[in-house]
Order: sequence, then structure tokens, then C-alpha cells
Amino acid sequence: MKRILMGASALALIATGAMAANTSIVIGDQLEPPHLDPTAGAAGAIDNVVYANIYEGLTRFASDGSVIHGLAKSWDISDDGLTYTFTLQNGVKFHDGSDLTASDVLWSLNRARAEDSVNAQKTLFASIADVSAPDDTTVVVTLSAPNGNFLFNMAWGDAVILNEGDDTEALKTKPNGTGAFTFTNWVQGDSITLTRNENYWGEPAKLESATIKYISDPTAAFAAVMAGDVDAFPTFPAPENLAQFDADPRFSVIVGSTEGETILATNNKMPPFDNVKVREALAHAIDRNAIIDGAMFGYGTPIGTHFAPHNPAYLDLTPQSNYDPELARKLLVEAGYPDGFTTTLKLPPPSYARRGGEIIAAQLRAVGIETEVTNLEWGQWLEEVFKGKDFGLTIVSHTEPMDISIYADPDYYFQYGSPAFQTLMEELNTATDVATRFGLMQDAQRMIADDYVNGYLFQLAKTGVANADIRGLWENAPTQATDLTAVYWDH
Amino acid sequence: MLRFILKRLLSLGLSLIAASVVIFFAIEIIPGDPARLMLGINATQDAVDALRSQMGLDQGLLPRYWLWVSGLVQGDFGISYTYRVPVAEMVQGRVWVSLPLALYALGLSTLIAFPIGILAASRRGTWADWLVMGGTQLGIAIPNFWFAMLAVSLLAIKYRLFSAGGFPGWEDPFLAIKALTMPAFVLALPQASILARVMRSALLDTLSEDFMRTARAKGRTVRGALVHHALRNAMIPVLTILGLQFSFLLAGAIIIEKIFFLPGLGSMIFTAITQRDLIVVESVVMLLVFAVIIVTFIVDITYALVDPRLRRRP
Repeated sequence: MKRILMGASALALIATGAMAANTSIVIGDQLEPPHLDPTAGAAGAIDNVVYANIYEGLTRFASDGSVIHGLAKSWDISDDGLTYTFTLQNGVKFHDGSDLTASDVLWSLNRARAEDSVNAQKTLFASIADVSAPDDTTVVVTLSAPNGNFLFNMAWGDAVILNEGDDTEALKTKPNGTGAFTFTNWVQGDSITLTRNENYWGEPAKLESATIKYISDPTAAFAAVMAGDVDAFPTFPAPENLAQFDADPRFSVIVGSTEGETILATNNKMPPFDNVKVREALAHAIDRNAIIDGAMFGYGTPIGTHFAPHNPAYLDLTPQSNYDPELARKLLVEAGYPDGFTTTLKLPPPSYARRGGEIIAAQLRAVGIETEVTNLEWGQWLEEVFKGKDFGLTIVSHTEPMDISIYADPDYYFQYGSPAFQTLMEELNTATDVATRFGLMQDAQRMIADDYVNGYLFQLAKTGVANADIRGLWENAPTQATDLTAVYWDH
Repeated sequence: MLRFILKRLLSLGLSLIAASVVIFFAIEIIPGDPARLMLGINATQDAVDALRSQMGLDQGLLPRYWLWVSGLVQGDFGISYTYRVPVAEMVQGRVWVSLPLALYALGLSTLIAFPIGILAASRRGTWADWLVMGGTQLGIAIPNFWFAMLAVSLLAIKYRLFSAGGFPGWEDPFLAIKALTMPAFVLALPQASILARVMRSALLDTLSEDFMRTARAKGRTVRGALVHHALRNAMIPVLTILGLQFSFLLAGAIIIEKIFFLPGLGSMIFTAITQRDLIVVESVVMLLVFAVIIVTFIVDITYALVDPRLRRRP
């Protein structure tokens, strides 16, 4: 009898062992974050850990990109669009046990917009004139001018709410947020572990714990998924392996879209690109589908302007810059370059740039434009291309949501600087009416397409792979995040 | 002898100072602003400037060099630009991966190389010799990252005997050693091949020596003479190679660390360079220079231990 009992308990042990595995998950990611404070760094890897999991803002992004309630239960916007009155959720506690009050919000917003702020998206807070906290659950934000983007801006990872008075240096390695997961451990160079927050104010997380493991090498990432060391790799670095995962019933491939407009950025101030005809020729010399197939293994959506195709205000302007090498050659003759010219093509490390660059160089050669291709690391790219503006062409994916406003800065590295576009952006910033905003956004898309500011290639796809039993992972990436709050195992 | 050691220490100090100058200034001229790298291409210039002054990057090169070196002398490696934690703390975690891995690989390499090296030398010209020579030739020729990928696809993906990589930490020593086994083997194979060949030729070199003839004349077998008389003499080149291999394994395992995603010193330097975390690169490279100098020193002393003639030298 005793033996049978022991056998039974051993079985039970095995069973609970299997059950335990189903309440935790190992997520793979390519880049390790430098630290864990999303309000003091642009690294997407930070948000991949903390966004929605550890830290929350007044509003937040849902998987489809819409802006929904975060720490703000409701808000009220004054008729002139200048005053936002937020009411906070009840019973919100930081992970260290202290209560969330309106003064935490006040402190966080004021810190982000302060003179000495190191917030990477400081412009998100630029329209705030004043923040006040009349009582513990009410925050009143006054804007200097109406800003139709304000609720959207507050959903960014850079706008999360911190606990007033926390040592911000200490937060870099020990975050203290309000989210459904608490930070547990960070083995630098290897992994970060999160544990479910049992005192969460909202719907609790389904997983008990989650580990984010860092594997930078694409081959190693493939091996780790195949060997079952990693349960999901939400942004898988090697698109060439996806077909193999797709064919394997153990895995599911998740394809969605990101906010990354991948462009052939063009130095608008450097001859011959200061001539719009040359830029137009460039646009017609590029075969987007060949680039998507060749560099991205078919994953990606062609774009004709700097705007995400899944955005309701998107205009498909790809026909305007269709692939037509004949026309490109003709335009070059008209521009005074019958024999073509030579320029530089400087490529940062991501594979879309390196692989895409080779294809684009070949396509440009076909119409008479020779390129000197240089591979750069990010550090060099920032120095030479972004800061030094010493480049003819480069390929880069602009991954921030709704970033068409970068075209209004005449000093931005591609140096567009059209006063008409700047006026348009000022109008967009102050417009709060949805229809007006749509119209202005479409005008903006048309204007940069008509000026052929950059070569518009494709919207970067989000290609992930996960164990076929995992549910609730984000399909799209409206912002850089690996939201684990709704993830569970389905057995 | 004391004068000899003092002289050595002086030259050790001078080479450390020279190394610090070369390392600091060579690394500081790499283009790329660590603050801009952290904040990305959408950040405003004043946010970047604020971060630069937080990092202390708004000071000149010379004051920063002085700060760094005076810190090093007191055992302070500085604070990482990117991670905002003391470099010493980061290194500590990595050393507990890299050092055991290097020792593990070195141990395996010695265990493989010594017997087969002696075997090949004692059976010179036979099939055993040919086998060892051919096998080691292959071991040197095949790149170890290829071995690594082969091992992963076979042992981790197909048979699931090992994890594909990663390091669970030392809380469970068994798991830690298991995680290091595949990488250590892969690292050891080419090293063992080189070592075995060096061992064989060093043994064969001594065969023509007078004392070997005497040993054989006394009635020693070939292998007996090799093991008891030639081995000690052959140790000098073998120790030199072992010393070099250890220095290489400590930081040069970078590709293997990448393939097995091990958080070791090599991958730390690599990441730090791409992030322009210059202070980490400088301090860790300096530390490695120091380690190499110490290892060379130890090898010098072991020369004297295995070869009494060297002890009498001034």
C-alpha cells in the first residue's frame, strides 16, 4: 500500500511539475536593455521589458494601436482643448507598497519636461504649460496650445508614471511601477525575470512569472527556439527561418505590423539630391517588391509615403513612385545627369539595411547611379550620417509611432526643411477635430510624396515565433512592447 | 634573484602604464556619442547634452584619462555609461562565466592533448601517429564556430541532451557545469589539436639528445624514456602554448560565447563597443592586459620549476 501511495505521489509530483511549467514563460529578445528606466532612454529593449508589464502611464496602447485607459480611469477635455482633467483609478499601489496619488503623476510629468530632463521623447511633453493636483485622485494638465495628440503622447513608454521621490538612479536596475508584473531579477548579459503582482489594481496577469532571455545572434535564437529553451520570440531576428517554423506544428508564426517606416533616406541638401527631379528618378528606380522579397523574405508592406499602412489616415501613394527604370533614366537626363552620377550609400547594422542596401545598389546601377556602399555600426552611423550629415543615401527604419513630424525639422538628418510642411504640422498639432486631423495628415503624406523627400520602401513587419500553445501575445507592435499581461498557455 | 624580480616588476608597471595610454586614447577616438546612442534619433539635442553632462562626457580627454587611471589604481573601474552600475560589479558576474569556461576548456584540452601527443611520439610513423596527426590537422583546420553549430543542432535540437545555450548561474553547480560543457568542448578541440602536435614534436626533438641515448642504453623502452626523461624537457614549449591559450580563452571565446549566448567577458566587450560604453571597454581590456601579464609571469616561474637550469640564471 505504501508503495502504491508513493507511486501516486510521484505521479502527482510529475503532474504538478508539468502544471508549473504552464504558468511561466521564457521570452526571447535580441537586445538587452541598457537599464530599465523608460523615461531616460530610447532603447526599445527597455519598453520590451517594462511597458504595460511593470510601468503604466495615464493612457496606454492596445495591441491594435488604439489609445485606451491606463492609470487614468476617465478624463475630461475642456471645450477650448486646453485643459485635461484626469481621474485616477482606485486602489493603485506601486510595487514597493506606496499608494499612487495625483502628486506622483504631477511629479512624473514635471520631471519629464524639466530643463535637465534626459527623456528621449521630451517633445511629447512640450505642449504642457502646467500640471496641478487639486486632490489625491485628480490631475489637471493645462496645455499652452490645443494638442490633438496629447492622449496619444501620454500612452508612450516614455510617459509612464513613477513614484514621487524614488531615487531615479536606483530605478535603472530596480524598477518600481504599478503594473501587473513586478521586477524580480536581472542576470546581466543573460536574462530578466518578472513575477506576477498579486496586489495589482486591475485584471491580474495569468502567468505567474516570465523570463526574458537575451540572445543576440540569429542562429543562436533559432537553435534556442528549436530546442525549446525559449517559448516565444516576439520579434524573431531571422526572417529566413520563419518558413521552417511555419511548417512545424510545434510553433506558430505571428506576423503583424510595426510602426517602422523603412526608407531610403536621402540627403536633400547634398547635390545632386537637392534637385527634386533626381529624387523623383530615385523613387522610380527602386523596385520595392524585389527588396521586400530579397531582403525581408516577403514580410513587409510597400509604402509610398512616411505613414503606417494600418493607420486609418494612411494614403496609398505607391503608384506615384512605381518601379519604372525607363522613366528614372529620362528624369536623370532632364535633371542634367545623362551619364548618371556617383553617391554614397551608408548602411547601419540591421539586416533590412544591409540586405536591402545590396539590392538597392544594384537597382540604382541599372539606371546609371553608382553607389559606394559602406557598412557602419550604429555608433558610426549616428556620428557620420545622423549628426554629421555626411552621406548621400542611407537605409533606416523609423520606428516611432506617428513620426511624420520629423519632416518639419529642417536640421533633421535628411534636411527636408519645407516651410509649407512646417506650417502643416503646426496646424496638425493644434487641430483636435478628427476629420480635420485626417485631412491634414493626408495633406502631409501627399506633400512629402510629391517632393520625393526620401525613397519610401516598406513598413517593417513584426515577425515572431511562439510555441503553438501560447495565446495572448501582441500581433502588431503599435509601440515597442512585449505586453505579457494577457498571455497564457492553452492546453 | 630579488633584483631580478624587482626589475621584472618595474617593467610590468611600465608596460601597464603604456597599455593604459594606448587603450584609453585608441578607444576614445572611436566615432559615436554614447549619449545619442542611448537616447536615439528622436531625442532633442538638449536632452542629449543633459545626459552627456550626467555621464561626465563634457569634460576634456586628459582630465577623464586622469580620473580613470587614478580610479584604476585604487581598484575603482568606474561606472558604466549605459548600465549605470559599477564596472567592477559587471565584470564580477562575467568573470564567473569566462574564467570557469577557460579553465574547463584548458583542462579538457590538456586531458586530450597529453595522452595523444605522447602516443603519437612514442609510435612515430605507425598508424596511431598518422591518426593523431590527421585528426589534429582536422581539429585545427575546422573553425570552432562550425563545430559549435554542429554540436547545437545535434545535441540540443535533435537529441535535447543540452540546452542550446545560456547560463543559469552558479546556484545549481551541476546545471552551470552542464551549460558550460558543450562550449568548453568546442573551445578545447582546436586547442587540444595544437597542443598535441606541439607535444609530439617537442618530444621527438629530444630523441636525438645524448641523455635519451643514455636512457635507452640503460634499458628503458621508447615510451619509458619519453615519459621519464623527455617529457620534462618537452614541457617548456607546451607551457608556453598553454599560457597563450589561457589568455586567448579568457577573452577570445567571443564567437563561441555568441553562439551559446553565454554572458562572458568577450560578449560583454563586444556589446560595450557597440553601445559606446567606452569606460567598460577600457577597464575590461585593461584588466585583461593585467591578466595576460600575470599569466606570463606565472608561466615564467613554472619554466624555472620544470627546468632547474633556468633557476640559476640571473
